[in-house]
Amino acid sequence: MKINLKINDQPVSVDSGCTILEAAEKLEIKIPTLCHFTMDCFNVEHRSGSCRVCVVEVKGRPNLAPACCTPVVEGMEVRTNTLRAINARRTILDLLLSNHPKDCLTCPKNLECQLQALAQEMGLHHLLYKGEQSTFNKDLSSFAIARDLDKCIMCRRCETACNKVQTVGVLSGVNRGFRAVVAPAGMKRLADTECVFCGQCVQACPVGALSEIDYKYPVWRALNDASKTVIVQTAPAVRVAIGECFGMEPGAVSTGKMVTALRMLGFDKVFDTDFAADLTIMEETTELIDRVTKNHDLPILTSCCPGWVKFLEHQFPELIYMPSSAKSPQQMFGAIAKSYYAEKIGVKPEDLIVVSVMPCLAKKYEAARPEFAPNGVRDVDIVISTRELADMIREAGIQFEELEDGVYDSPLGESTGAAVIFGATGGVLEAALRTAADWIAGQDVREIDFKAVRGMAGIKEATVNVGGIELRAAVCSGLGNARKLLEKIERGEANYHAIEIMACPGGCINGGGQPYHHGDTSRLEKRMAALYRADAGLPIRKSHQNPDIIKLYEEFLGEPGSHAAHKLLHTAYIDRKNG
Amino acid sequence: MNIKTPEALAKMAGVLKSRPKPPVQILVSVGTCGLAAGAGAVLKSIYDEIVERRLENAVEVVEVGCMGLCYAEPVIMLNDRRSGKRLIYGDVTPQQVPAIIAAGTDSIAAGTRTIERSWYYPEFEKPEPGELQARIVLRNTGRLNPEKLEQYIENDGYTALAKALTTMTPQQVIDTILASGLRGRGGGGFPTGRKWQFAAAQPAGEKFIICNADEGDPGAFMDRAVLEGDPHSVLEAMAIGGYAIGANTGVIYIRAEYPLAVRRLENAIGQAREAGLLGKNLFGSGFDFDIQIKFGAGAFVCGEETALIHSIEGMRGEPTVKPPFPAVEGLWKRPTVVNNVETFACVAAIIRKGAEWFKSLGTTGSPGTKVFALAGKISKVGLAEVPMGTTLRDIIYRIGDGIRDGRQFKAVQTGGPSGGCITAKNLDLPIDYEALKSIGSMMGSGGMIVMDEDDCMVNIAKFFLEFTLDESCGKCTPCRIGNRRLFEMLEEITDGRGTLETIEKLKALSAIIKDTALCGLGQTSPNPVLSTLANFPDEYIAHVKEGRCPAGVCQKLIHFDISDRCVGCGLCLKNCPVNAISGEKRQRHTIDQSKCIKCGVCFRVCKFHAVDKK
Amino acid sequence: MSCQCGNATPADRAKFEELGKYISSLPIAENPSRSRGFLIQTLHRAQSMFGYLPEEVQKFVAAELKISPADVYGVISFYSFFTDKPLGRHKINVCTGTACFVKGAGKVLEEFKRRLGVSEGETTADGRFFLGALRCVGACSLAPVVMVDDRVYGNMTAEKVADVLAQIAD
Ligand SMILES: Cc1cc2nc3c(=O)[nH]c(=O)nc-3n(C[C@H](O)[C@H](O)[C@H](O)COP(=O)(O)O)c2cc1C
Ligand code: SF4
Ligand code: SF4
Ligand code: SF4
Ligand code: SF4
Ligand code: SF4
Ligand code: SF4
Ligand code: SF4
Ligand code: SF4
Ligand code: FES
Ligand code: FES
Ligand code: FES
Repeated sequence: MKINLKINDQPVSVDSGCTILEAAEKLEIKIPTLCHFTMDCFNVEHRSGSCRVCVVEVKGRPNLAPACCTPVVEGMEVRTNTLRAINARRTILDLLLSNHPKDCLTCPKNLECQLQALAQEMGLHHLLYKGEQSTFNKDLSSFAIARDLDKCIMCRRCETACNKVQTVGVLSGVNRGFRAVVAPAGMKRLADTECVFCGQCVQACPVGALSEIDYKYPVWRALNDASKTVIVQTAPAVRVAIGECFGMEPGAVSTGKMVTALRMLGFDKVFDTDFAADLTIMEETTELIDRVTKNHDLPILTSCCPGWVKFLEHQFPELIYMPSSAKSPQQMFGAIAKSYYAEKIGVKPEDLIVVSVMPCLAKKYEAARPEFAPNGVRDVDIVISTRELADMIREAGIQFEELEDGVYDSPLGESTGAAVIFGATGGVLEAALRTAADWIAGQDVREIDFKAVRGMAGIKEATVNVGGIELRAAVCSGLGNARKLLEKIERGEANYHAIEIMACPGGCINGGGQPYHHGDTSRLEKRMAALYRADAGLPIRKSHQNPDIIKLYEEFLGEPGSHAAHKLLHTAYIDRKNG
Repeated sequence: MNIKTPEALAKMAGVLKSRPKPPVQILVSVGTCGLAAGAGAVLKSIYDEIVERRLENAVEVVEVGCMGLCYAEPVIMLNDRRSGKRLIYGDVTPQQVPAIIAAGTDSIAAGTRTIERSWYYPEFEKPEPGELQARIVLRNTGRLNPEKLEQYIENDGYTALAKALTTMTPQQVIDTILASGLRGRGGGGFPTGRKWQFAAAQPAGEKFIICNADEGDPGAFMDRAVLEGDPHSVLEAMAIGGYAIGANTGVIYIRAEYPLAVRRLENAIGQAREAGLLGKNLFGSGFDFDIQIKFGAGAFVCGEETALIHSIEGMRGEPTVKPPFPAVEGLWKRPTVVNNVETFACVAAIIRKGAEWFKSLGTTGSPGTKVFALAGKISKVGLAEVPMGTTLRDIIYRIGDGIRDGRQFKAVQTGGPSGGCITAKNLDLPIDYEALKSIGSMMGSGGMIVMDEDDCMVNIAKFFLEFTLDESCGKCTPCRIGNRRLFEMLEEITDGRGTLETIEKLKALSAIIKDTALCGLGQTSPNPVLSTLANFPDEYIAHVKEGRCPAGVCQKLIHFDISDRCVGCGLCLKNCPVNAISGEKRQRHTIDQSKCIKCGVCFRVCKFHAVDKK
Repeated sequence: MSCQCGNATPADRAKFEELGKYISSLPIAENPSRSRGFLIQTLHRAQSMFGYLPEEVQKFVAAELKISPADVYGVISFYSFFTDKPLGRHKINVCTGTACFVKGAGKVLEEFKRRLGVSEGETTADGRFFLGALRCVGACSLAPVVMVDDRVYGNMTAEKVADVLAQIAD
């Protein structure tokens, strides 16, 4: 049913159930919002109606209406910019700022902050209200996520991200009235909770209340330490997103520019996590085939996402036998760098600094897990996010957009199309299937595009014929979807051979360390498309055909699943039911 | 006992009515405040006396709920069935009991206080001419033993339910309520019939009917009185409402501060189930209905219906934006009707006696009666049920007996923290929903807090805001931060730091909070500020321009001095909690202003009015 | 499941068991997706048993009702009845509802604060008294009202505070 209404005297006709905000969008009338948050391609809508900056005047209604959550009705007459509405909006913002530190200059969300942007848009240069301000302790306890609750505006977007989308359930509104804020149980520090550090809350938070723990300075320090060899790895999803930080179109593939920039920053070698992704496929696929052919411990679950792994350890500890024991690409890279590569270039592991550039905040936590520091030397020393790398490039005065394309160094820089698609949901499974098909069939299978596992859908299922075996596979992104699937498995209602799980909806293209998408998920779709374009454009698209990988096994590891490989490339999981 | 048909109910009522009864009945009010005032000991003394004098067959003792005469608790009433005489005693002590019983209803026991006003009218009795009160809601409260189902049945209990279920369609029930013009007594005054109609119109399936017994407005206690004094009337009405809208489950959401009401409700529900008045196939109609009790946990905002629903669902009591209205999407996302205790308490009477009867009381726009809780500086604190349209003057002066201690009336706050204060100039306004709104206040739950010349209106506004601050859920910006800022501005004024600009800012921000807050709490929280500003501008001006609190309340703006009237008795010196007073016996004393904490004790204790408050 | 912290005293363990029994007596199975609807009554029960709601109890309730500990804490911190800190042996609550306020509850509260040396919402150092404020206990006719544990003191004044305190047994 269509509903006709007028906004600022312009008629518009929309579906019933639409809000004033949606109707206004249709007319390209902008109404400011703050608490409202959507992620269209995942059907996520956070509509708390709590900030009240979107209020507009509706004829016949005694009070102002919040546009974001007021449904339209036939004959409605809305005015968005009457003096009454403008005054109210400015006052609301003024009030928010009266309980806000306003230290934009040093704020991690500076220039990405919606509160700041709103104050700017409204030209709010004089504040009327002053008074008591909240004083919460900053939480810098984890390796991944920083919380500065004095900046919290109680939009509750993080709660929707954590509780509804991810179903981790770490956050809740606590207290009430002026003392109300969003926090974990008992006001605990994030490090002491079941938080998996996916960073979806950081993506959702419109202000600087949630951000990453910043490791830019440690990287600068390492780069300027003459006694260290500093190498860097870049994850697949970084290359299709970092351009956005420099005003490039979303979905621009800027691998080459990024490599050049990293070299200019002073990294001794610029390598690719994609190389390690190929390595992961070698190990994981070996395990997959083993488990499928021997029909034990099925399904096999992927293990390259640390957010997902921590989720499993807390929420489904009885299933910890299921994931592949293969380490994530980041950690495989670190392990190989500190052994094979360090040996090769004759540097002691402790003098080799491995820096990762990741789309992810959980990777910061993963790198710090004690089991990834054999003999006290961490395999990966420092992890920075896509955003932090962009900051460093800017800080160094590098004109990113103008850079020539560079190429990765050898031997840990060679990779395949299979590795690139790790950055999107479905990519890991597709990469594994490509290798599995070849190995099982014992030939170079031509049909390698497994389109059924691509796309943004939260749970995708496919039955694929690999070398004569009917493999039932599922792909799942977003932990809420993972929970649904795992519960089905526990109830014995689902029966798969292999499942890929990524904590972030859409996969790493939507990681907590990626450029802020502010709810514009078309950006994520473009990043995803870019990954598949990059894959299609590469000469080698199967992990086991990566020449450097082949060489690595020949020179160092023997064969996939070997003892040496196990020692370096595999790990075990911990039951974290009780903390 | 299992009552399966209207006939069985009627038969039972008949049997109960014709049962021989002791000639004298003693009603003892054992509500929360009666008990707090010592009703327990009085009751014990009555029982002792009866045993002592072997009056078991001559005297019937009925433990009843609140009689509305709270100011005189403990209260007992003697009722002589033979002569029809009744006598009410107030401030009864256990020691007076033997004399009272000995005197019977023929004479008044010496050394006691009697209360003359004939105070209750069962709905079938017409109030005597000149009597202001008329009882529908409180028809049984203070008259029946709330713990005995038989007494309720004896007084037409559950006949309305029987009538609705066996002779009316759900739509006819709704039509009757619509025609009666009954409006929600929880504050908003929304027509109950319309609310039921919305919910009934939703597709069949699971639905709920909720009784809002959160009674959060401090100073209002009529819902408590009904629940403690006549719980079955609420259960019966909920079942009728459930039938009307197609709900088989009722939920009573009650604040945890009312343990006695909870006990009486639990007891009543148990009895009703046992009697087949709740449960399956009521009165053979095929309609099933049962009731659960859910508890609040100390949050005023949970009286707001969406917050209340979330609270029942085990969540933080945060309101959500309407629409969707509960009638469409309520408890567990199912169509739900939320009604107030007092609203329900009217329903059975309307079904029994018809819409026209109900409309014959009250005003055209607001038919029926309203219960008011009189408190504050009024002589007779208590509950009064009057037809809508009664004037404030009648309520305060004729029922409440004016202001205590001969002080001067200053204002009355209606509508609780969401309401406004009303001044002497509006005392003759006949009050109903619209009238109160038109003078910047509201009906709210019916709490009336009377204030006298010793109350500073700025301080009162600050008090209400402090309440709002404490009780705001903190969800939306205008209420969470805006009210904090309002409070701070009021604090500036009462501390003597305010300016005329502060007053302007108060007004501007108040208007915007009202215009933008998410729920009723925030939308009304500036009302006490705006109405005190409108009615007592001079008081605000005195604070900001002269640094003076005319009522002598705001501590930062007053000081105490001992004048030459002092005879040096030393009483103040002895009582000052901080030893700020010094002086020789029989010499004029002095106050060390640097030590004085302005507690006012010296001012109160001095028998010679020698301490000045400035 | 019982207490998970491992260092509960036997008395505590008995309480956990009792709480577990209470929860299993609830008709949760009728509609497991609505288990959360039993949260508030369960917390009331738990608080009456333990005196307050320590973290272990919160976790226990969360696990039993299948909701997150954050949600349980969110609820506890919202409702003024619930507390996650032990309170004094005797709970003194001054009514600060409107009727009591206009009759001078503020002065009574001040006097309690002064004599006990604590602020509102605090417990004395010796653990004897908790001082709090309530918003109307419905005994407005006796305003100002103070509740000490379950006992109501009406018509209070600052001068009577010392008497009331003296009447409270250890
Ligand atoms: C902040 C706030 C507190 C409220 N408190 C109560 C209350 O304690 N009792 C009540 O019956 N209604 C209360 N209400 C009104 C309810 O939201 C609701 O309108 C009412 O219960 C509906 O019943 P009625 O139509 O019978 O009045 C409150 C509303 C607000 C906004
Ligand atoms: S959160 Fe936004 S407004 Fe606040 S300090 Fe940071 S950038 Fe500025
Ligand atoms: S924007 Fe203004 S406040 Fe910020 S740095 Fe520039 S001059 Fe300073
Ligand atoms: S990082 Fe993920 S798990 Fe942790 S609080 Fe944020 S959304 Fe929840
Ligand atoms: S932390 Fe951020 S996302 Fe969460 S409520 Fe506060 S401002 Fe909103
Ligand atoms: S999906 Fe990718 S970005 Fe997100 S937590 Fe997992 S590894 Fe990190
Ligand atoms: S107005 Fe106040 S109580 Fe109501 S939703 Fe907003 S913050 Fe909560
Ligand atoms: S007001 Fe109180 S503190 Fe001041 S002198 Fe009088 S008794 Fe002492
Ligand atoms: S009580 Fe009055 S008369 Fe006695 S010393 Fe004090 S001021 Fe003087
Ligand atoms: S954006 Fe509409 S209320 Fe926040
Ligand atoms: S007699 Fe206690 S409330 Fe009236
Ligand atoms: S306001 Fe104190 S008991 Fe009601």
